[in-house]
Amino acid sequence: MIRFVARENVPRWLDFVVPLASVVLAMVVAGIMLAATGHNPLTTYQHIVQASLTQPGALSQTLVSMTPLMFTGLAAAVAFRMRLWNIGGEGQLYWGAIGAAGAGLYFHSLPGWLLIPLMMAAGLLAGTLWAAIPGVLRAYLNTNEILTTLMLNYVAANVMYYLIFDSTSYWRDLTSPSAKVFPQGKNLPAAASWPAFQVGSLTIPFGLIVAVGLAVLLWGMIRATRYGFEMRVLADSPAAGKYAGIRTRRKILSLMAISGGIAGLGGASQVGDFSHVLDPRGLEQAGFGYTGIVVAALARYNPLAVVVTSFFIGMLVNAGFALQGPGFPIGLTGTMEGILLFCVLGAEIFTRHRLEIRLPHARPKTQIPAPPVAVGPARGETS
Amino acid sequence: MTGINANVGISIAMTAILYGTPLVFAGIGELLAERSGVLNLGVEGMLLMGGVMAFLVSQRMTGPNGLVLLAAVLVAMVASAAMALIHAFVSITLRANQIVSGLALTIFAGAIGLSSYIAEDNRIGGKAGKHQFSQLDLFGLKKFPVIGPILFGQSAMVYLSWLAVIGAVLYLYRTRTGLHLRSVGESPQAADAMGINVTRYRYLHTLAGGALAGAGGAVFTLQIATNWIDGLTAGAGWIAIALVIFSFWRPELLIAGAYLFGAFTSVGFDLQARGITSIPSEFWSALPYVMTIVALVLVSAGSVRRRLGTPAALGIPYVREES
Repeated sequence: MIRFVARENVPRWLDFVVPLASVVLAMVVAGIMLAATGHNPLTTYQHIVQASLTQPGALSQTLVSMTPLMFTGLAAAVAFRMRLWNIGGEGQLYWGAIGAAGAGLYFHSLPGWLLIPLMMAAGLLAGTLWAAIPGVLRAYLNTNEILTTLMLNYVAANVMYYLIFDSTSYWRDLTSPSAKVFPQGKNLPAAASWPAFQVGSLTIPFGLIVAVGLAVLLWGMIRATRYGFEMRVLADSPAAGKYAGIRTRRKILSLMAISGGIAGLGGASQVGDFSHVLDPRGLEQAGFGYTGIVVAALARYNPLAVVVTSFFIGMLVNAGFALQGPGFPIGLTGTMEGILLFCVLGAEIFTRHRLEIRLPHARPKTQIPAPPVAVGPARGETS
Repeated sequence: MTGINANVGISIAMTAILYGTPLVFAGIGELLAERSGVLNLGVEGMLLMGGVMAFLVSQRMTGPNGLVLLAAVLVAMVASAAMALIHAFVSITLRANQIVSGLALTIFAGAIGLSSYIAEDNRIGGKAGKHQFSQLDLFGLKKFPVIGPILFGQSAMVYLSWLAVIGAVLYLYRTRTGLHLRSVGESPQAADAMGINVTRYRYLHTLAGGALAGAGGAVFTLQIATNWIDGLTAGAGWIAIALVIFSFWRPELLIAGAYLFGAFTSVGFDLQARGITSIPSEFWSALPYVMTIVALVLVSAGSVRRRLGTPAALGIPYVREES
């Protein structure tokens, strides 16, 4: 018989060894899958490392790929930590991009030091408002937020497509002749481009610095503020939280807004740092919001760990773009993310439990030695 | 179709049933899994796996049309059940969070996951379909006014989906195992005390849910689209999960909801095909998702009993208390 038995004392090293072992297991499983479909796993892994780390410029590209993932990863982590399942990072990021692009176009005559904060504020606000819809529905009508946030992703995508492809909106370029045939967004003014910092050969996008700062801030908020404490109480025991007088509805709504705002900021960074235009197809194909869930789950919803996991998933995503072709099908990225997630999720039980395997024929053996006759009161009994 | 059967109402009803059929399969499957207490958010991924495997078989296998289609659907069901097995193992045996495990399944098998990987490795994306389900003419009654096409002119998959609904109703309310299933979802402790193997019930119904989602995926690639594009289900799996909630976990209501949502999908296509383009296409694309939210809000806001019909143990791993 095989069963899991709760450990009485949990060694600290298990908290590191178990996730590490599960990542190794994931690489072995993915390797078997690659080999079974006629790919050489070792060369594939080697190509991933080359394309995302060692080749010239590869590491800078990985930083580009990880920036939006850190935003959406943080957005998912804060919400999931409170068992608020915001799967709408995708749509909130779209709205952030719409908001930031709108601000960048509208205030085009302003200097960069004023324009960039305005874009950030617009992205944050747009994401917050979009997340407030499922937030209000969950807080006041108890509507399942998993489904509403997800459905709103599709609605947001359609809004974005409408703005660029099916209307004469403010975001659409209507001046150049080519734009009339192939609809595209208006290019943002040069002042709306977020700065990038050069460290040796490495290019660090401004958005990445903002995201790391945000990770530290959120970590501190969860650990050291009254808000974070109340949030953790509600997550682990909603009944206790209510009894202690914590305003549950307000907390759900505010947390949803924070989560949406972070994802919206990610959309702003995407426009300001990289695309400089509202690009519906590019955003939809990238799927930053969904990948952010992987990033958050691998980090076990710890904002600081998101910085690390977004780097590794960023490597994978970047390699996926760079290596696209017969040797590296697009679907491999999601497949490997899924395997990684399953291994890490499944292994979590081993940190608190140990596996006990008892063979059926061994059972009578344990019954043979007669129990010693108890002299005093047995443990646990009171006399 | 001729005469009265060519009118708008009939054509919308026919397409509503067509678009609703994958929702019926996937929804009944999710309903069975949830009745056992397992929430599987991987439906979207399982639909895509079923879709890609069915299309792969229909491209590669040679033989009589009926045999190829049968093999394609069976392979799709096995493939999606295998996906469900991963979720079952991780969430039932290893007691991982069911929500995150289900999301992992959707990412693993989804639009940029294994389904896309298989399609690209076998170069079937964009290929024209070789075999597809066609509308039958049962008993020669298809031309009968109004009810003719709706009752007698459907494809084999539509009739199978009706059988699945009838089977699920009889199973849940008229059989002993169905009763046991409901008790496992409501109170696994009590079921266990009665000698019901909770783990086995959960595994089997999660797998059955996967197999049905696989059949739903096959409808996409062998009847609705008859080709393969990555992520072609476009959120149908999520709508199926929502349907389970607003059918109060009852199969007979689920099929009505599925056809209603099939209609929301088809009405836009139908109007645009008739040259009515004053409303932008994005509005019609967004409509099923918006209506899903509206329906969820209506159900959850019902003041009488908020969680009408929700299996009490849904989403909670069962750990037997031992001395």
